[in-house]
Amino acid sequence: MNRATFPHRLLPYLLVAPQLAISLVFFYWPAAQALRQSTQREDPFGLATQFVGLANFRAVLSDPAWLNALRVTVVFSAWTAFLSMAIALLLATQAEKLIRGKDVYRTLLIWPYAVATAIAGMLWLFLFNPSFGTLAWPLRQIGIRWDPLLNGTQAMGLVIAAAAWKQISYNFLFFVAGLQAIPKSLLEAAAIDGAGGARRFWTITFPLLAPTTFFLLVVNTVYALFDTFGIIHAVTGGGPGRATETLVYKVYNDGFVNLQLGSSAAQSVILMAIVIALTAIQFRYIERRVHYG
Amino acid sequence: MAEGMVGASRSGQWVAHFLLVIGVIVVAFPIYYVTIASTHPIQTILRPPLPLLPGDAGLANYAEAIGGGVGRIGGVGVGRLLWNTTLVAVSVAVGKIVISIASAYAIVFFRFPLRMVFFWLIFITLMLPVEVRILPTYKVMVDLRLIDTYAGLILPLIASATATLLFRQFFMTIPNELLEAARVDGAGPWRFFRDILLPLSATNIAALFVITFIYGWTQYLWPLLVTNSNSMNTIIIALRKMISFADADTPWNLVMVTCVFAILPPILVVVLMQRWFVKGLVETEK
Amino acid sequence: MATVALRDVRKSYGTNAVIHGVSIEIADGEFIVIVGPSGCGKSTLLRMVAGLEPITSGTIEIGGRVVNDLEPRARDIAMVFQNYALYPHMSVFDNMAYGLRIGGIRGAELRARVEQTAAMLELTPYLDRKPRQLSGGQRQRVAMGRALVRGPAAFLLDEPLSNLDAKLRVGMRLRIKDLQRSVGTTALYVTHDQVEAMTLADRLIVMNGGVAEQIDTPMRIYLEPATTFVAGFIGSPAMNILPAQGTEQGVLLGAVPLALGRPAPGRDVLLGIRPEDLTVAPEGEGLPLTIRAVELLGADAYAHGEIAGGGEMVVRVPGKKALSPGARVGVLPAPGLAHFFDPATGRRLP
Repeated sequence: MNRATFPHRLLPYLLVAPQLAISLVFFYWPAAQALRQSTQREDPFGLATQFVGLANFRAVLSDPAWLNALRVTVVFSAWTAFLSMAIALLLATQAEKLIRGKDVYRTLLIWPYAVATAIAGMLWLFLFNPSFGTLAWPLRQIGIRWDPLLNGTQAMGLVIAAAAWKQISYNFLFFVAGLQAIPKSLLEAAAIDGAGGARRFWTITFPLLAPTTFFLLVVNTVYALFDTFGIIHAVTGGGPGRATETLVYKVYNDGFVNLQLGSSAAQSVILMAIVIALTAIQFRYIERRVHYG
Repeated sequence: MAEGMVGASRSGQWVAHFLLVIGVIVVAFPIYYVTIASTHPIQTILRPPLPLLPGDAGLANYAEAIGGGVGRIGGVGVGRLLWNTTLVAVSVAVGKIVISIASAYAIVFFRFPLRMVFFWLIFITLMLPVEVRILPTYKVMVDLRLIDTYAGLILPLIASATATLLFRQFFMTIPNELLEAARVDGAGPWRFFRDILLPLSATNIAALFVITFIYGWTQYLWPLLVTNSNSMNTIIIALRKMISFADADTPWNLVMVTCVFAILPPILVVVLMQRWFVKGLVETEK
Repeated sequence: MATVALRDVRKSYGTNAVIHGVSIEIADGEFIVIVGPSGCGKSTLLRMVAGLEPITSGTIEIGGRVVNDLEPRARDIAMVFQNYALYPHMSVFDNMAYGLRIGGIRGAELRARVEQTAAMLELTPYLDRKPRQLSGGQRQRVAMGRALVRGPAAFLLDEPLSNLDAKLRVGMRLRIKDLQRSVGTTALYVTHDQVEAMTLADRLIVMNGGVAEQIDTPMRIYLEPATTFVAGFIGSPAMNILPAQGTEQGVLLGAVPLALGRPAPGRDVLLGIRPEDLTVAPEGEGLPLTIRAVELLGADAYAHGEIAGGGEMVVRVPGKKALSPGARVGVLPAPGLAHFFDPATGRRLP
């Protein structure tokens, strides 16, 4: 049946106007500018611009620094998504088993959601600060030359840990919701068929969780790509020696610090394409989920 | 209890509790650590490992931080920073809810030319996060003279495709007859909205408030871009500035106190409003 | 309280016409039931009177005033919805008071009117409850109360009893009729249930495919259905309608001559006889019928059979004298109660 509606003509325009105005001024106009600038070369003082076609894109895609950032981003995102999802899934399956106490654990596990990514980075930096970090101290005691400010691999490990830590809460809540949606009778049937705990998990629970897992994979990838800017900026500044320079950090750095407008804009446009692809994947999947109820 | 039948063996319960306690320790430890550190004098903090229990410098640290200690480092008192951050978080939350509920109302309960165009225009902003349009957005802010203003910190953040989608989804579940009954009872669009739709949306609004409050409070890149003056900083940016100029003189005890101030309010909101927050989060994003 | 008039009211979606010109003058206080199968346009017609659907052409008058372009609230009508459409977050009192409040009625008068209506519907103990705390029957009464309390010019009821169980439905049916008579407000009532239609209506509108096939009192519609559709729709079990031919003496059904009225000799007609207008006679008298199945209802039984020469026929017989399948009997139509229809148009022949 058709939606019942009000017959007013002007009112709906007034109602969408604020959202639309903000979207146009702060989203569409700048995005269009990024598209335009990505095809131009401008001197840092903005005195002269010149249309250069796809030259900026060619330059970016063949720039070793950008390729390095791409590699860093892939490594960083993959580890972050994997770690936070694996830990969250483990905790969620344990919590689902509990007869009592579920809510207490949930309350204690959702804190990091409320912590800003930048602060998540700082907290881990406090813990693993080579000079006074309480957890860096035992590493040094057992002879590890621990200094994430100088060692690229260690720096990467630190930002991954902070980024994954922050996302555990979110993944945990979704996995719990996903687990609750699995009919208990299926697991009981499997138990009667003689499947043990681990077997039940891998043959029943995990496949049925696939939609949740897939959804979280997309969300965590977007998170690792974009929302973790704060961690990188606050903890490593992309260093040491570009070891933790992600794509987003590089856009910011090239645009704001190095004032390479055309290159930064081209990088922005590439990122935009990545977000569009990820969002499209996510919504295609949601469409399906809606159909299956 | 039939529900807990599978895997409810006593040993299974112990294993589950054991793993969850480890999980809680991993998750809570960084927060616990900074809270403990904020109660120790700087000398203790700089000499690892830090004791696992609160020290006796808590009162002194907090008194010093509030009484101007933080102000001496960043030039701005912790009170001002908290005020800035609260103002941004609350305004972003309220703003997002207000403009999203209004546009969802228009899109669901009215039929007008360009309706779907508007819907898609709002929807597509999902694909344009600030990270992909940093420089041009900054230029817009400069042109509109919004740098170092609250409007600049807040306005661009209140567009919300997600909240609009959530309200739209919820509104579409409202039975047609409810609107028709209200129309027969004499209610126009405003009355229907205020007397019927708004009360029915209360849970959704509460859930969205928590999520958008956290979103506003934890912003990083945006305040970094649009604030130059220290007095307009949010507490998170200020904290970053405090540690970025780290040298031997950094008053780590005050950094720890500021850090507690920066994480405590949103944690309280999430924990106290847990019921709505969890429902809202799982429903908003699905 | 008011008269309602529909004059050639039409509705189409694009080129697809769903209401093909309905006209009726409704007297003040009259109870009109619009009945028909699902999809016949009965609800659409009611919603057009309410102002919830725009009309494509024609005029609707309420109380002598053309309301074609008025908002529902300006038409002075109240409506009861099939699913009741109670405001889920408001108490029973607030549900009933909402329309009055919008109309500017406050304080003591508001309270008095709501309480009086609640008392009429025995809802007084539930005034502080929310709809979800009420049973189906109570919710239905709240929906009625919300309409009654306004004291409107006309009540519009859209299948208001279809969500109740059978027993409650009978009770509420009597009650609605009672209430409407005591307040004397004009009512338009939509239903697909012919029992509701027959028992409630002062006049019936029988609709089919967007056309008002017949508008008349229930008894006249029963006795003189205007079309084969009406004949088949009103009455249970449905009227037997069989092809026949006019003769000098009466009609020829199959090969059997029957002395029932006299359509023009030689003319093909559709002969309609209600199951209750047939009596069973011993084999050899009247129309021979072979019984195929018997539905025993207690007081009555419906015998389904096949007449000689082909064609199905249902006969109502007393339950105590139920026939058994396989039996061969004769049936005698009651004289003067046969109906004739034009096979081409389906219209009643005089």
